[in-house]
Amino acid sequence: MSTNTTAAAATGTREWRSRFPTVNYLNADYGIWSWLLTKDHKRIGLLYLISVSFFFAIGGAYAGAIRLELLTPMGDLMQSSTYNKVFTHHGIMMVFFFLIPAIPGVLGNFLIPLMIGAKDMAFPKINLLSWYIFMAGGLITFCALLFGGVDTGWTFYVPYSSNFSNTYVTLAGLGIFINGFSSILTGLNFIVTTHTMRAPGMTWFRLPLFVWSHYATALIMILGTPVIAITILLLALERLSHVGIFDPALGGDPVLFQHMFWFYSHPAVYIMILPSMAVISEVVATHTRKPIFGYSFVAFSSLAIAVFGFLVWGHHLFVSSQSVYAGMIFSMISFVVAIPSAVKVFNWTATMYKGSISYDTPMLYAFAFIGLFLIGGMTGLFLAALGFDIHVHDTYFVVAHFHYVMVGGTVMGYLGGLHNWWPKITGRMYPEGWARFAALVVFVGFNLTFFPQFLLGYMGMPRRYHAYPVGEPMWQVLHVMSTGGATVLGIGLLIPAVYFIWSMRYGRFAPANPWPGTGLEWRTPSPPPTENFLVTPVVTWEAYEYRPIEELQTIGPGEPDQPIDGQHPANRGTETEER
Amino acid sequence: MSTHAEAIEHGHGPEAAHEALAHHFDNLEQQREAGALGMWVFIAQEVMFFGGLFLAYLIYRMKYPTAFMAASNHLNWKIGTFNTAVLITSSLTMALAVWATQTGRSRKTQVGLMAATLLLGFIFLGVKAYEYNEKYVDGLIPIAGWFDPVGHNVHIPAGVTTGQYQMFFWLYFAMTGLHALHMIIGAGILLPIMWMAWRGRFSPEYHSPVENFGLYWHFVDIIWIFLFPLLYLLGAHFGKGH
Repeated sequence: MSTNTTAAAATGTREWRSRFPTVNYLNADYGIWSWLLTKDHKRIGLLYLISVSFFFAIGGAYAGAIRLELLTPMGDLMQSSTYNKVFTHHGIMMVFFFLIPAIPGVLGNFLIPLMIGAKDMAFPKINLLSWYIFMAGGLITFCALLFGGVDTGWTFYVPYSSNFSNTYVTLAGLGIFINGFSSILTGLNFIVTTHTMRAPGMTWFRLPLFVWSHYATALIMILGTPVIAITILLLALERLSHVGIFDPALGGDPVLFQHMFWFYSHPAVYIMILPSMAVISEVVATHTRKPIFGYSFVAFSSLAIAVFGFLVWGHHLFVSSQSVYAGMIFSMISFVVAIPSAVKVFNWTATMYKGSISYDTPMLYAFAFIGLFLIGGMTGLFLAALGFDIHVHDTYFVVAHFHYVMVGGTVMGYLGGLHNWWPKITGRMYPEGWARFAALVVFVGFNLTFFPQFLLGYMGMPRRYHAYPVGEPMWQVLHVMSTGGATVLGIGLLIPAVYFIWSMRYGRFAPANPWPGTGLEWRTPSPPPTENFLVTPVVTWEAYEYRPIEELQTIGPGEPDQPIDGQHPANRGTETEER
Repeated sequence: MSTHAEAIEHGHGPEAAHEALAHHFDNLEQQREAGALGMWVFIAQEVMFFGGLFLAYLIYRMKYPTAFMAASNHLNWKIGTFNTAVLITSSLTMALAVWATQTGRSRKTQVGLMAATLLLGFIFLGVKAYEYNEKYVDGLIPIAGWFDPVGHNVHIPAGVTTGQYQMFFWLYFAMTGLHALHMIIGAGILLPIMWMAWRGRFSPEYHSPVENFGLYWHFVDIIWIFLFPLLYLLGAHFGKGH
């Protein structure tokens, strides 16, 4: 804590910077091998940042191709077989190599040890190994796409994928199988780290909600991922031996594949959304300067989502010969998942009530998340209803729904989290004005892309088709809107890519605690030293001990949420000009 | 706490001297706890991994009971029982190896018990290979084009299709194959642990690699305890296949 008091007296950021030790995790060591062989969780987080950005760009390029094809009713850009590959590649890349690893891999790895006051993850070598496994899986799958691709859809349904498809299903499956172990090892590390590495005084109910949510995510990673691994292994063996347990010729049941696939892949959407909720809990508390409303409810709602998430896979099989009674039960449990989800949304909203809300970029993404997740979640309830689901099954309504949850949920949380902790990660501020502008562009572009798809789906436009009837003029209007929105969204995503890279060299130096936040990660220099803390922290305060900004202004800086550079967040208007 | 941490940093603490303590742990106890919990979590994911196969087995066994009973009669329950005994004994020697490191027995005892575990593991795998060969001779390898029990004078009872027969052997090879793969990986992990034991690295203070490997080995053993009755015994009483 002595560092805080010295810093409070500092006036300028340059001066402030000179008061801290100049050696941090970024400049402690140089050279390519100091990165590729690092066991530092912060550097591994950055390795993940680079690799998921790469896979996101590939997945995004395929999304662009899809939207371009659907601009006109005729299939004039590509043939249907090419289109099958394009949407499959988009799905595989985005789901397995961006959405699932993005927040846990980048922000989870970087922040969990910092937030609990540990020097590193419990298993630093396994942490590095999980990145290598991720890269191996990603590159193998990428090779499968380059050699000629896969056309089964990211869901790999048998018997098409096992007995008929003449594409690189086995190789892509191998990549996803290998990638699964990366996810498992990450989850294992999160669980063990949370249990055994907490600093003195950091009790379970003093943990930031970020950690609770990642703990719930890790449970799904541990218990769900092995099931997709064995399923894909069985599929690959079936392709190689030309017979297998899903093969109707032996009396096997292809629907068993769907059960096993969705037993993982439905919980997998909670692997995507829970880390995003983790980010939003932190951002909302920090940027409204209030303790989270109903801490324990938010914490347990994460666990509840993880548990219920395992019991709803059957709602993907309403039209796949599943019994009506099973369908009714799965439908009911799917409605139940809405309860813990709603607890979170209500509690974030209640946290904002009478808070000192700042409109910094992370908070803008939090607003976007809450709004978009509301729409995504509510349409999820439409789809959980048996009758309505049969009407819109396999239409763009479903496509729009899960993009609202995955993009509107995960990507908003990921971007919000990146902005919130960018000062901690790089030691530099991003340009606030540009970032707010980009957040607006992303929000507008996103809604323009995906809202028309709800209408398209309700009108009957099926998913996974490269052409649609010319005789439905409204369909093309909506598709044009969607493609236009995708263009805006693409630009909105490029802007942060540019200014993040720019800020690493030219951004204003970040103080240790720019917002200011109360978590342990804000009580160590930006960027943190290799072992995170100069002395082992001892936690004597509850999570989110925030005071309203008015108190900060009248009483002045003091424990525990003082701005470390001596500036109030309200007075930080000129920051983009300062370099 | 900070004084404790400093003490370790400056090499004054009692644990600071221990070469096995990783830099990011405060003491060996914390390190041991993390390792043990990590192995239990890993085992939890293994249960789910094998769970997919057990699920498939259960579903098809309920669907085709006659075929599965008849097909299971092609497995030799006497050899299976022998192998089960071999594997349980290897678990015993492994448990003794853990005990030997915990109580600080001589490194010869430690390495000897681990070597016995390894040897028994290889005996198990050898017997398994013999059994696989028997299936090959009988034309029971469940690959398209190879599976030909009728051509090898294997009697298939009435009302059972060749496909259902093939399904049983597909599951048999997938389940026992995956189990054998886990044993091979286990043997690969045990070798460096034996080397460490030979170098005298383990003591009552530090023996978590042995302990955690023991957990893994027992887990692989337990998988077999479930596989053996499901594949070899269930149905053996109900009719003679040969």
